[in-house]
Amino acid sequence: MSDTEVKNLEELFEARIARDEKIEPKDWMPEKYRKTHIRQISQHAHSEIVGMLPEGNWITRAPSLRRKAALLAKVQDEAGHGLYLYAACETLGISREELYEQLHSGKAKYSSIFNYPTLTWADMGAIGWLVDGAAIINQVPLCNTSFGPYARAMVRVCKEESFHQRQGYEIMLTLCNGTDEQKAMAQDALNRWWWPSLMMFGPTDAESTHTEQSMKWKLKRKTNDELRQQFVDQTAPQADILGISIPDPELKFNEETGHYDFGPIDWDEFWQVVKGHGPCNKERLKARVDAWEGGAWVRDAAMAYAEKQENKKVAKAS
Amino acid sequence: MKQDTLYQYILGIADNSLILGQRLGELCGHGPTLETDIAITNISLDLIGQTRSYYQYAAGLCDDGRTEDDIAFLRKEREYRNVLLVEQPNTHFGYVMVRQFFFDVFHLLFLKELQQSSDETLVAIANKAVKEVTYHQRFSSDWVKRLGDGTKESHEKIQEAVDDLWRYTEGLFYVTEVESAAVKDGIGVAVSSLKDAYYEHIKSVLTEATLSVPEHSFFQKGGKDGIHTEHMGYLLSDLQYMQRTFPNMNW
Repeated sequence: MSDTEVKNLEELFEARIARDEKIEPKDWMPEKYRKTHIRQISQHAHSEIVGMLPEGNWITRAPSLRRKAALLAKVQDEAGHGLYLYAACETLGISREELYEQLHSGKAKYSSIFNYPTLTWADMGAIGWLVDGAAIINQVPLCNTSFGPYARAMVRVCKEESFHQRQGYEIMLTLCNGTDEQKAMAQDALNRWWWPSLMMFGPTDAESTHTEQSMKWKLKRKTNDELRQQFVDQTAPQADILGISIPDPELKFNEETGHYDFGPIDWDEFWQVVKGHGPCNKERLKARVDAWEGGAWVRDAAMAYAEKQENKKVAKAS
Repeated sequence: MKQDTLYQYILGIADNSLILGQRLGELCGHGPTLETDIAITNISLDLIGQTRSYYQYAAGLCDDGRTEDDIAFLRKEREYRNVLLVEQPNTHFGYVMVRQFFFDVFHLLFLKELQQSSDETLVAIANKAVKEVTYHQRFSSDWVKRLGDGTKESHEKIQEAVDDLWRYTEGLFYVTEVESAAVKDGIGVAVSSLKDAYYEHIKSVLTEATLSVPEHSFFQKGGKDGIHTEHMGYLLSDLQYMQRTFPNMNW
C-alpha cells in the first residue's frame, strides 16, 4: 500500500470515529490505534486480575457469611471482567499467553492502586467505595469508546462496578454506625486509601502523554484532572454522611467554582509505585507468576486430554 | 423429633459446605487459568449459600436469638461436625479436584435422598442445592479425567492425590447417633445406604481417567464426632478471626 493510500484510509477511519461509528476487529485500523488499544485494554484486564488479590486476601476472614458470599461474588466478577477484557484484546491479534507474558515480565502495567496492602476488613469497604468509585468515573465514558468489543465489555463491567461501589459504601456505613473501634477502622482505611485513589486518575494533564490521541479516538472523553475533580466532588459529601474525615487539611468546598479544592498529590510516591517500588508490587506480581507457572502442568494436561479426545473422535468416524 | 436433635442434624450437613467453601475461598486468584478461578469461586459461593440456608433454619429452631453467624463463627473446633475430607488443604490443583470429586459424588447422592425428607425446609434447601451440586460434580469429574488422562506428570500428580485422600472417603458413611435418630423420624438420610452407589461411581470415573483405584482400606475416623485433623485449627483461625477479635459487633 502506498503512503497516499494509507493516508486516505486513515482519513476515512478518523471520519468514522468522528461520526461515532464503532470500529470492529475486522475493520482496517492504523497500527497505532491497534497498539494503543492493546496497551490500554490489556492494562485494564491485568488490573482486574491483579485486583483480585488484595480483596481475595479477606475472603477467608470475612466477618459474616453474608459478607463472605458478597466478597466471593465480587472477586468472581473481577475475574469475569478480566476474561471479557482479555477476549476483547485478543480480537486485536494478540494471544492471552502473550498478554500474560507482558504482565509477568513487567512490560505491561496494571493499576497501581493494587500495590497497596489490605490490612483490615474496612479496606474491603474503602476499596469498594473509593477504588471502584474512581474506576467507574474512569470507565463510564468508555462505554461509548470507538472500539466495539471494548465499548461492549465496558457496558457490563460498569454495571457490575456500580454494584460493587454501593456494596463497599454499605460496608463503610455499617462500620461507621458501629462501635468506636469499627469507626476507627473505617477512618484508618480512608486515611490509607484516599491519596492512592486520587492517583488512579493518572498524572496531571500537563504530564500526561497519551491524552490528545486518546481523546481523538474516544478512549478518553475528559482529562485526568477533570475526572479527578469529579471524583473529589462526588466523594467528599459521602465522607460527610459517613462521619469520617478525608485526610486532606486543604479540602474545602469552593463556592465560586462550585467544586472542592484539594491539597497537592505526592507525585513522587505515585511514580515510585508505578516503577515497581510500592508496598506490594513484588508480592502481587509474584502471586500472578506463581499461579501461572504452578498451573502449567494443569493447562498442559487439559491440552493433551483434548487432543486425545479429538483423536478418538476422528478414529471413530473413519 | 426433639428440636435439639434436628438442630444438631442440620449442622452436621451444613458444616461440610461451610468448611469446603472456606477451603475453596483460599484459592481465589491463584488458579491455573482464569476460567478455573471463576468456576472454583462459583462453587465456593454455592456452598456458602447452602450453609447460610441451613444455619438460618437451625438458628430459627433456637429461642435464644442466635444467628447464622453465631453458628458459623463462634463454635469450638470440637463442635464442628464436618467430615475430615473437606478440611484437607489445597496441596495442589490435583488435590483440590480430587477432594471436590470425592465430596461431590457423595453430596449429590445425599441431596437426592434429602429431597425425600419429611422436613419441608430441608427439602426446599435440597431442591436448590441439587442443581448446584450436579454442576459441581460435572466440573470435578471432568477435571479428574483431564488430569488422569492428560500428561504423564498430571497423571502422577492426581494419582498421588487420589491415593492420599482415599482414606477420608469412608468417613462420609459413618453414622452418628443424631443421624440415626433423624433417619428414624423420616427426616434424615441413611448415609450408609449410599455407600455402594458411591464407590461404584467413584471407581467408574477413576477407571475412565486411567487412574488406579486404591486397594487399601485403612480409613481415618473422626470429623463427624468432632475430632478433626491438624489442619482444622488453622482453617478456623482464619474463619473466626474477625468475630473472635471484635466480638458482639455488626458487620
